[in-house]
Amino acid sequence: MWACIDANEAAAIIAYRLSDVCAIYPITPASPMGESVDAWSADGRPNLWGTVPLVIQMQSEGGAAGALHGALQKGALATTFTASQGLLLMLPNMYKIAGELTPAVIHVAARTLATHALSIFGDHSDVMSARSTGWAMLCASDVQQAHDFALVSHAATLRTRVPFVHFFDGFRTSHEVNKIELLEDDAISGLVRIDDVLAHRALGLTPEHPVLRGSAQNPDVFFQAREAANSFYDAVPDVVQTVFDELATFTGRQYSLVDYVGAPDAERVVVLMGSGVGAATEVVDQLAASGEKVGALVIRLYRPFPTQQFIDALPSTVRSIAVLDRVKEPGAPAEPLHLDVVMALSEHWLGTQPRVIGGRYGLGSKEFTPANVASVFAELSSAKSKPRFTVGIVDDVTHLSLSDDPDFELATTAKQSVFFGLGSDGTVGANKSSIKIIGDSTGLYTQGYFVYDSKKSGSVTVSHLRFGPEPIRSTYLITDADFVACHQFSLLERLPVFDVARRGATVLLNSPYSANDVWSELPVEVQQQVIDKDLQLWTIDASTIARESGLGARINTVMQPCFFALSEVLPADESIALIKKSVEKTYSRRGRAVVDRNFAAIDRALAEMHRVVVPEVASSALHRMPPLPAEAPDFVRDVTARMLNGEGDLLPVSALPVDGTFPTGTARWEKRGLAAEIPIWDESLCIDCGKCTIVCPHAAIRMKAYSEADLVGAPEGFRSKATVGRDLPPGTRLSVQVAPDDCTGCGICVDVCPVRSKSEARHKSINLEAAAEHRDDERASYEFFLAIPEIDRTAVRHETVKGSQLLQPLFEFSGACSGCGETPYLKLVSQLFGDRMVIANATGCSSIYGGNLPTTPWAKNAAGRGPAWANSLFEDNAEFGLGMRLGADVQRDEARRLVAELAPDIGRDLAADLLDREPASTDEVGIAEQRTRVEQLRAQLSGTTEVRSLRLLSLADALVPVSVWIVGGDGWAYDIGFGGLDHVLSSGRNVNVLVLDTEVYSNTGGQASKSTPRGASAKFAVKGKVTAKKDLGLLAQAYGNVYVAQIAIGANETQSVRALIEAAEHEGPSLVIAYSTCIAHGIDMPTSMGHQKTAVSSGYWPLYRYHPSPEAGTHPFSLDSKKPTIPLHEFEQVEARFAVLERSDPATAHHLQALAQADVDERWHYYEQLAGVERAIPNEEEPS
Amino acid sequence: MTDLSTTYLGFPLRAPLVASPSPLTSSLADLLRLEAAGVGAVVLPSLFEEEIEAEATRLNDHVEAGSGVNPEGTEYFADFTFDHLLLDRHLELTEGAARRLDIPVIASLNGNTAGGWVHYARELVTAGAAAIELNMYDVALDPTRSAADVEEGYLELVRSVRAAVDVPLAVKISPYFSSLANMAARIVEAGADGLVLFNRFYQPDLDLETLDVKPTLNLSHAGEIRLPLRWIAILRPQLPQTSLALTSGVHLGTEIAKGLLAGADVVMATAELLRRGPERASELINELSVWMDDHGYQSVEQLKGSVTQHTSGDPAAFERSQYQRVLHSWKPEPSA
Repeated sequence: MWACIDANEAAAIIAYRLSDVCAIYPITPASPMGESVDAWSADGRPNLWGTVPLVIQMQSEGGAAGALHGALQKGALATTFTASQGLLLMLPNMYKIAGELTPAVIHVAARTLATHALSIFGDHSDVMSARSTGWAMLCASDVQQAHDFALVSHAATLRTRVPFVHFFDGFRTSHEVNKIELLEDDAISGLVRIDDVLAHRALGLTPEHPVLRGSAQNPDVFFQAREAANSFYDAVPDVVQTVFDELATFTGRQYSLVDYVGAPDAERVVVLMGSGVGAATEVVDQLAASGEKVGALVIRLYRPFPTQQFIDALPSTVRSIAVLDRVKEPGAPAEPLHLDVVMALSEHWLGTQPRVIGGRYGLGSKEFTPANVASVFAELSSAKSKPRFTVGIVDDVTHLSLSDDPDFELATTAKQSVFFGLGSDGTVGANKSSIKIIGDSTGLYTQGYFVYDSKKSGSVTVSHLRFGPEPIRSTYLITDADFVACHQFSLLERLPVFDVARRGATVLLNSPYSANDVWSELPVEVQQQVIDKDLQLWTIDASTIARESGLGARINTVMQPCFFALSEVLPADESIALIKKSVEKTYSRRGRAVVDRNFAAIDRALAEMHRVVVPEVASSALHRMPPLPAEAPDFVRDVTARMLNGEGDLLPVSALPVDGTFPTGTARWEKRGLAAEIPIWDESLCIDCGKCTIVCPHAAIRMKAYSEADLVGAPEGFRSKATVGRDLPPGTRLSVQVAPDDCTGCGICVDVCPVRSKSEARHKSINLEAAAEHRDDERASYEFFLAIPEIDRTAVRHETVKGSQLLQPLFEFSGACSGCGETPYLKLVSQLFGDRMVIANATGCSSIYGGNLPTTPWAKNAAGRGPAWANSLFEDNAEFGLGMRLGADVQRDEARRLVAELAPDIGRDLAADLLDREPASTDEVGIAEQRTRVEQLRAQLSGTTEVRSLRLLSLADALVPVSVWIVGGDGWAYDIGFGGLDHVLSSGRNVNVLVLDTEVYSNTGGQASKSTPRGASAKFAVKGKVTAKKDLGLLAQAYGNVYVAQIAIGANETQSVRALIEAAEHEGPSLVIAYSTCIAHGIDMPTSMGHQKTAVSSGYWPLYRYHPSPEAGTHPFSLDSKKPTIPLHEFEQVEARFAVLERSDPATAHHLQALAQADVDERWHYYEQLAGVERAIPNEEEPS
Repeated sequence: MTDLSTTYLGFPLRAPLVASPSPLTSSLADLLRLEAAGVGAVVLPSLFEEEIEAEATRLNDHVEAGSGVNPEGTEYFADFTFDHLLLDRHLELTEGAARRLDIPVIASLNGNTAGGWVHYARELVTAGAAAIELNMYDVALDPTRSAADVEEGYLELVRSVRAAVDVPLAVKISPYFSSLANMAARIVEAGADGLVLFNRFYQPDLDLETLDVKPTLNLSHAGEIRLPLRWIAILRPQLPQTSLALTSGVHLGTEIAKGLLAGADVVMATAELLRRGPERASELINELSVWMDDHGYQSVEQLKGSVTQHTSGDPAAFERSQYQRVLHSWKPEPSA
């Protein structure tokens, strides 16, 4: 049976069929494997032997490996799925499992490791880090192999007792959809022999036949015992080959441990493994067919390295070999595969040794193209070939890179199509559907690969589709498409969309303009490309059709029939019928109405698609986006801008920082103009409340107070009003201003605005209006607004909403989802403490929208101060932040000591003030004064050459308090990082922990965490989470001296501001748990802040502050919300995470709802009692 | 002993009180309590086309909202089968009620124009509905659409539902027709076996704090019976073969008697049962029985239609002049 699936699914199908226990934890790009097995288990799908596997989510990959180890020790068949850092966390158990000769398989979607930066993308860094664990390693190069080798791994591990890592390249293979032939049960049961299963089971721990495993051994025997397993490893290669051979009898697909393709008398050979094999073998086939003596040697079993088979597979005619490693091992004499090859040749090659060179390619999913492969063969021909090289980049520093031949072309029989869309318009979904339709309905082979940018709002997707009569093994992006569709007209301005079109290609635009008008709306550069490449231009107003059909922004079902019609892959009637069948299959489970509205859109598509007559001359007055303004910093103009323009691949090594350090304040240069409607302020109604700005997720609506004189030069239309109240001097003016190109149009500001016009109730003090009508005026106003001086931070009351919102945000314009519930908290913290903050940010959504290139939202004020931000890992963030605290403390202590010692040089009064008047981190006046004193200190010591003075100068900033913030999501705080968080909270150190609690692993796609509430459906808890949410705040309160607050900014802004300030003031650990609405909740994001009020009024999210005090008789726990006034169900019923369960499994849903209500009632009762509890916490000195 | 049986839509009923659509008729447990309390039939809550569609599409929109957006999480929700959407739940209720209750279970559908959705009527019948009550009302907003167009739309809807099902069809109408008698006759001509007078609607209210418009439902109160009472009395002689049901403002057993006297075959209660529980039905029926005993009526059949416009002693009392007389007799209450 054929299926169009990706490698994650292909591997998971087999893993599930052959497992009793799956221990899972999400990590990109392996998460879909865990999600699949969890969903199948929830559905009661049996494994090969009729048992429904138990699938358990653990708190980390380390936990998953431990559970895996335990299940194996009991004699169960167990597996797990992981990648990257996840595999590293499994290493200790992997040594154990292998040392105990335990059959097991870990399926790995190979991903790079975080070094100078995190990257979610693929290379072999993770698996290479596991090569000394004693696990066999089998590498699949494509989707079919991921399916086949999953079976081979499970079969071979049972036969050899050596555990197997089965890996394939993250994203390029794990996420590539390809047409494969599924393995039938006879093959599965034929290869996984029952005797082997029983033998494994017999080794399981049982009190009926007790044994001891995991002894502690002494120098007398440890070594010998370690050698005792040798013969098992010696047997692995032959066993794997035997299983390969047996597989071939069922499938006809014959694999070898090392496969050779190319000329039998090849002189130049490349050696590699993984997805790059696709590109390499295509090039080899073409070159060999033209008479070149080239070949490629593909490694399938990497460990134990099949030395003899490698030698046997290599043509005896070979003169030179290039070994390609998809990993970098700094300091090593060569990369790992290169070393293996050299060792094999040196020990076993008979005759003259071929020359061996080695190169790195494809790190972090860098494209590996046929031209790259050709350049490697060219290098092998060179008499002066580089012994070590890189390919696919330009290294202008160490000059290791090879140059591509720009004219190299590879013939293909496949039709190639590229689609540019937005994540929100359904383009990727439509293309996955098209692949299945073509694959299932024709004899053609298909392939799809999808590229996303780093944004979560307005993210651009590029889909690459191939179909043709031959199996498709082109493992690289399309650069000469026969068909190009641009699903969003505005992308033509931002990206070089038609660069990928071959001459004469058909191109389709979704445009709001008619066939007659669209030409003049194209930028002139695009027009010229259409003419030069003789492109066949078509247009359709898919957005209108989708909107009128009730599909909103999802234009996919309009564009899909157009692709089929223009690509002529099927007759029009047939393709329409198949698309409808696909829609019916996909959506009938969501209700007839959903099917019908898609049908309505499909029915209109073809009739409203029109050919555009292309003039002979490009004459448009419009241009593609202009370059960045001159005032942009050099780095932004030279480097960031290239990335923004989709030209990051062209940046040479010298353009990039050597250590992963980047400037902040760069998001402001990335003008995305996403919003169709932007908020426009009506100053006549405004009451200065600041609600609109405090909830804005993107800092795109701001408030400033200033003097009348600052209005000089204001552009026409700039809005200003007198301030309300007595908190600011009389005559102070105030403006609320939108950043028109940075707003995402989420509408939250309008929803929370409390003021309505007396004459027209729908008109508020802030209203969404068409961006096109206001953009020019608002751009001018925003520019003027930015130039107005920021308010004196000591002149406003920070603890009020209005006061906090008059402070400059130093977190702005992030790429978070439109309406994100996390970012308002970060923005608020940046307003309150940004100029003295150091941030440790756990991996997750906040590290992605906070630190994913090209730009960062973390910003600086006019004095150049702002949050200093770093991301270490996912699991270690609390410890990472604690380290920052310790570093700051030791620097402060040393600085103070030096000030005391150097007082005569500094001036005794200044020294005394520096030491005695050291302010708290929330003391605005004190900090301003201390900074002045530090400047005086610098002036005093300037020009000194005395060592102690130089040391003090280097530490002078440490005399100004630093506010250390440890930021992360619930996946970190409740699960993987909890052990560290607990330890840090116990330390007594002055750190502030902000948990952005979305109650789900948002960044990896919505997997359940221990914060997920009972009854909510999430990945890994598809049938509803059966246990109650962990009460992290209570656990922290148990220490007594930890400040703890639970806040929800949409429900009570004032309490949020107060809690964050109190947390910062607390001279010890503080923990603030912030309710963060999230797209994964399935709610209306524009009204999500108002929805938080329901969260509180239902008792779902009580607001409180636990403020430790040494005073006797105090009640540290303060309940800040009122007793629940509405039933929990009223809150839950509007959220899809609850509603999906009620609509799919009402009995379970109602059972869990009742328990969840009981949770709420019980917790409230408990909290009420806590509010009456007296505690006096001893006032400890911080440990030194 | 007083014979309380009556016939409605061709069904012999043991009593002339019917529980009309409300939250009470939305649970099988309450339906069983209503039956135990002696009602003659039950009408299930109305199935609204737009609610069915809105539920499915909104849920789908939320599930899809984050899909295909970022490479780490290409979907935020598992691939659910929503087989307990509003329609599914309603069909399940219909099927359960039809199976467990011995009295007729009438399903109610709301719509205002003919369309593909009338297949819902067929599905309700397949699930066991003994009859369909078509709840026909919308707010005619389009100033270019004449009253005649609106009426024709209604009639087309009745015809399409009539064609879709072969069980009795009642049509629940509003009183807001310029010529109600004419419209009633045309609805019957279009295929209705019975008329239910009248629909009550959610009307918007204003929140004086937020200035939001809020839908509200005020339960009926005493006195509301008079409007349907008048029209039952007028229509009974005009539509002698048509089942007539009175609904709105029935709170006392004596009001059931009024409805029957005016010519209704059954009287429906909602608010009174919601406020006081399903068991209140047995009290209402008992009050009717006592009144009939007290007044020498032996059967509902005898009572039915004895005070219509034709059979009353004062036919003009049901006409406009009555209004004038009431106005003339009205005096302001003395100020406190």
